[in-house]
Amino acid sequence: MSGTVPKIRLRGLRKAFGSKQVLDGVDLDVMPGSSMVILGGSGSGKSVTIKCILGLITPDSGTVEIDGRDVLSMSAREREAVLDRTGMLFQNGALFDSLPVWENVCFKLLAQKRITRAQARDKAAEALADVGLDAAVGDLSPAELSGGMQKRVALARAIASEPDIIFFDEPTTGLDPIMGAVIDGLIVDCVQRLGATAVTITHDMASARRIGDTAAMIHHGRIVWTGPAETLGETGNPLVDQFARGEREGPIAMELRR
Amino acid sequence: MNASSLLARPLDGLAALGRAALDLCRTAGAVTLFALEAISHAVRPPFHPRLFLRAFIEVAYFSLPVVGLTAVFTGMVLALQSYSGFSRFGAEGAVANVVVISITRELGPVLAGLMVSGRIGAAFAAEIGTMRVTDQIDALTTLSTDPVKYLVTPRLLAATLAMPLLVLVADVLGVMGGYLIATLKLGFSGPTYLKSTLDFLQAIDVVSGLAKAAVFGFIVALMGTWCGYTSRGGAQGVGGATTTAVVSSSILILALDYVLTEVFFAR
Repeated sequence: MSGTVPKIRLRGLRKAFGSKQVLDGVDLDVMPGSSMVILGGSGSGKSVTIKCILGLITPDSGTVEIDGRDVLSMSAREREAVLDRTGMLFQNGALFDSLPVWENVCFKLLAQKRITRAQARDKAAEALADVGLDAAVGDLSPAELSGGMQKRVALARAIASEPDIIFFDEPTTGLDPIMGAVIDGLIVDCVQRLGATAVTITHDMASARRIGDTAAMIHHGRIVWTGPAETLGETGNPLVDQFARGEREGPIAMELRR
Repeated sequence: MNASSLLARPLDGLAALGRAALDLCRTAGAVTLFALEAISHAVRPPFHPRLFLRAFIEVAYFSLPVVGLTAVFTGMVLALQSYSGFSRFGAEGAVANVVVISITRELGPVLAGLMVSGRIGAAFAAEIGTMRVTDQIDALTTLSTDPVKYLVTPRLLAATLAMPLLVLVADVLGVMGGYLIATLKLGFSGPTYLKSTLDFLQAIDVVSGLAKAAVFGFIVALMGTWCGYTSRGGAQGVGGATTTAVVSSSILILALDYVLTEVFFAR
């Protein structure tokens, strides 16, 4: 970790959908160059937290700071400039099925007019090689790819613009354990090579330990624990330890029974 | 049952009516803002000519068979019906006039609008709705691309500009349908039928039809993209959005047809 100003700082983030309070005062710091894993059960607010940071959802209250600047109080143009430096790997890939793979991979670079369409094919081939795919995959449609290949293409798209911050939303969901490990390895390699700050949300403990150097647990819309990812399962926090070990008995199960 | 519960029932009905009216106003306002945002992107770079061209070809070229067939058969039916009706009082000679004025002023734009609504409005809603529920629209935002500019503006412009061309073709084919029935079945002379058609036709008949077509194209694309853009809840949500897009644009086409007819022809 380097620097004292967090790359991402969330304070008192609250968001409700109707009567359901999804985020209830999320406080979180992600330091520059670190890889933070956010854990939590389904519906605990992990994805909403990331979407609030990315500006896809507007929180009801609280602050989202990137490099010490509150993005919620920025003008649309300033916020766009900040978002231009981020990448996102969606849970289901979210590849554009109307475009070939190479255009998906270089979509942001083409949108920002940083490269021409001719250059984009070469750039896409490089990015695909980075995630272990052949350049010929670039001419296929996303619908022609397996789930693992789609994830890799989505990863190539997320890193092609060389962002400062990369978000990964359940990157190994729906993949077999070996492909999950491959994707995790690629994520770690890409993040280290770019020197980026990474935020990953996952249910997969093996993935969390492989990807993260720090971890945070969100429960009932609040961060209840943060600490080193390697201590997951032995944190001393009953919520985190139960979740990390996948045990039926514990404070989370007891709440479900009520 | 006490007096207060008896009083509550009609008030409940009134409250439901009020809520429905408020929902309608809210939706109308939201659709209007959505349309204004999409239009504003048409004059602000960056532009997406590739997407515009693809949508234009989809609307203008691939809708041609269905719109053309509709126009031909409508012209044929119109000639038959007007002949059988007008022959009751010896006005068979007006068949050509009735066919051309009905096709150019009303049936061409309205039927083309309804056909395009079923074909293009539904496709826009389904495609954009699927993008919404599979996070592709959120992905656009994270990839430095405004989703409205990328998905909505090219489709709105394409449909608005393509529909008049489609209706122009429909006008010609509709008149041709009437001509075929009149000459091959009803015994009209070909040159006389055509002369009667051209003599009776005025520029305002065609222009009003083309203006209606542009408005209907805009409505079809607007409702298709709006319903898709705001769809929620997976496959069922996308199905609902598609249905709503077709039904709402069809109703709006019929309602606006009356309004535009008043504007052009009311004395």
